[in-house]
Amino acid sequence: MTTITTPTGNGTGLDTAPSPAGESIERSISYIEAICEATDQEMERDPKVIVFGLDVDDPKAIQGTLDGLLDKYGPERIFGTPLSEDAMTGVAIGQALAGLRPIHVHIRMDFLMLAMNQLVNVAAKTRYMGGGHVSAPMVVRSMIGKSWGQGAQHSQGLYSFFMHVPGLKVVAPTTPYDAKGCLLAAIRDDDPVMYVEHRILHFQNGPVPEEPYTVEPGKARVTRHGSDVTLVGISQQQMECLGAHEYLKDKGISAEVIDPIWLAPLDIGTICESVRKTGRLVVVDNGWTTCGASAEIVAQVLERLQGTVDLRVQRMGFAPVTCPTTPVLEDKFYPTALTIAAAANDMLHDGPQGWLPEEREDLKSVEFKGPF
Amino acid sequence: MHEQFYKSLYRIRRTEEEVARIYPSDKLKSPVHLSIGQEAISVAVCESLRTSDVVFGTYRSHAMYLAKGGSLKGMLAEMYGKATGCTGGKGGSMHLVDTPAGVMGTSAVVGTTIANAVGYAYAEKYQCKDTIVACFFGDGATEEGVFYESLNFAVLKKLPVMFICENNGYAIHTPQSKRQGVPDIAQRAKAFGVTTTLIEDNNALKLHEATNQAVSDIRSGEATGPYLFECRTYRWKEHVGPGEDWHLGFRTLDEAQPWVQNDQVGRIGELISTEARTAIEAEVEAELAEAIEFAENSPFPEEAELFTDVYSTPNAPLEARKAA
Repeated sequence: MTTITTPTGNGTGLDTAPSPAGESIERSISYIEAICEATDQEMERDPKVIVFGLDVDDPKAIQGTLDGLLDKYGPERIFGTPLSEDAMTGVAIGQALAGLRPIHVHIRMDFLMLAMNQLVNVAAKTRYMGGGHVSAPMVVRSMIGKSWGQGAQHSQGLYSFFMHVPGLKVVAPTTPYDAKGCLLAAIRDDDPVMYVEHRILHFQNGPVPEEPYTVEPGKARVTRHGSDVTLVGISQQQMECLGAHEYLKDKGISAEVIDPIWLAPLDIGTICESVRKTGRLVVVDNGWTTCGASAEIVAQVLERLQGTVDLRVQRMGFAPVTCPTTPVLEDKFYPTALTIAAAANDMLHDGPQGWLPEEREDLKSVEFKGPF
Repeated sequence: MHEQFYKSLYRIRRTEEEVARIYPSDKLKSPVHLSIGQEAISVAVCESLRTSDVVFGTYRSHAMYLAKGGSLKGMLAEMYGKATGCTGGKGGSMHLVDTPAGVMGTSAVVGTTIANAVGYAYAEKYQCKDTIVACFFGDGATEEGVFYESLNFAVLKKLPVMFICENNGYAIHTPQSKRQGVPDIAQRAKAFGVTTTLIEDNNALKLHEATNQAVSDIRSGEATGPYLFECRTYRWKEHVGPGEDWHLGFRTLDEAQPWVQNDQVGRIGELISTEARTAIEAEVEAELAEAIEFAENSPFPEEAELFTDVYSTPNAPLEARKAA
């Protein structure tokens, strides 16, 4: 049984998501349905698109993200695989070399560690070491877990590993709108794309146009406009940043919130534009800070703006420990809307203020309830 | 057929001898892993294939590349680091690609291309093409997990792949006996359900007969893949570089003698007339001289090439950084 409550007010910036036609979008579907719809539409459009991974053809159809597609497209286009992440990643590369558009699905991002050789040594480098004569257009979907004791090996957001390597693209959509648009863009992209989902986000609902559209690589989205501090929230931490925005608003602080969406290529321009205005940057990652996405964003902003803007920067992310299972400890492992708001407030006052907002019922963090 | 075999064998042998000769001049800008002594396997297999069939290999794949029809000029220019190289100076000797010839890639990480070959075969079967994929690797690769994962998937999906294990008995300097509890690689593959053949004496014609049969069975629908051919052979040169390694003491000249006496370049050469042999050798020498001249006279890539071919579009992160 899965119980999810979506707090009101802790919106995910969907109200700012434009439809391709610039019209307001009335239809609301879940992140899961958005992924499923994108996959279905692209498989229908392009027979070269195939999907595989552990259990993709089982009755649960990867949390429903592939619901009904096996019946529609058959076992040659959607198939479960042996428990062989290494070889199956190599298989995807081989398929891509032969002209297919494989989508390789992993229910945990942690499992990608078994496939690092193929991802880093082959997929990322195929085009370059082949002098541009060959390429590996493929999508690797993987999921990050949180809460209900996911623990050390079911909770890791390891996308910075892939941001490090030239040749890979990395996307971590937050909203159902971006889940669909980024997946369509990723499938159509001629490069390997690491598509990172967060299990908490799976259950979010939001406006999504029915017709196909793409959310193109290298463009961030400003999800809340503000002038005092810039909050960059990656993946599920985008939701926490939107919550922090509300807490800060209650305190009279105007936070600008940015969702990078694509981590590689990274739209550092949009982030710099905001920081040029606010002079204060908090990057909140769904991963560790050391050598992480937050470190990279902060470094790039400093490289561009140092000497021209009076800057304050901070990284937030997983505590520098292994993710524990007991909720008492796990709750302290992640940044929350409360701790983000507190950090931003401290930054605005150039030092610790000892202020932590009173948690608002409508801004409570979404929790996942098992079994997973 | 013997003439074609001799031409291919002689061409590969002489090319690598020239590579070894030129190497100390420092004109070659790439490590070289010579296949001298092992050429018969590539020739035997590739002579069973069509141009549209596909091969994947390793860092020791000069022979495979040439046997499959890869451009000689392109390979030599690549080793010289020139813009006219088969990958424009970006891949070097260990990452040879020639897509019109069906050379889809070689890897410096042992075992890696085995899975790529299997995926390629899946795609071709899915697209109802009758392509056959041959994947070359050494005895060391059979110690990697990806080998077994790939065998299992290829059997599960009945894929048109020929696994070609070039068993030269050594991984760099370590003999197979120190690395594998059960030395019979073909036997291990058989346990996965792969149809296997063992060729113990580096015999090009025997191997060719076997690969011909496999290719014909797959194409006619008589059988499905995958197949594995364990081909025992011997590396005459050092692991990497133009020289020999007898002085290191990990193997002896005595051990090499039977292999050298059974050299397939000589053996196949004996099967054709002196006139034919002379004509082939003259033709190959002229082609080789021209290719070396081409490589030497070709320009190096422009500096801007450093940043191309990273992504399908102009180097996106780089452009984004420039724009900011």
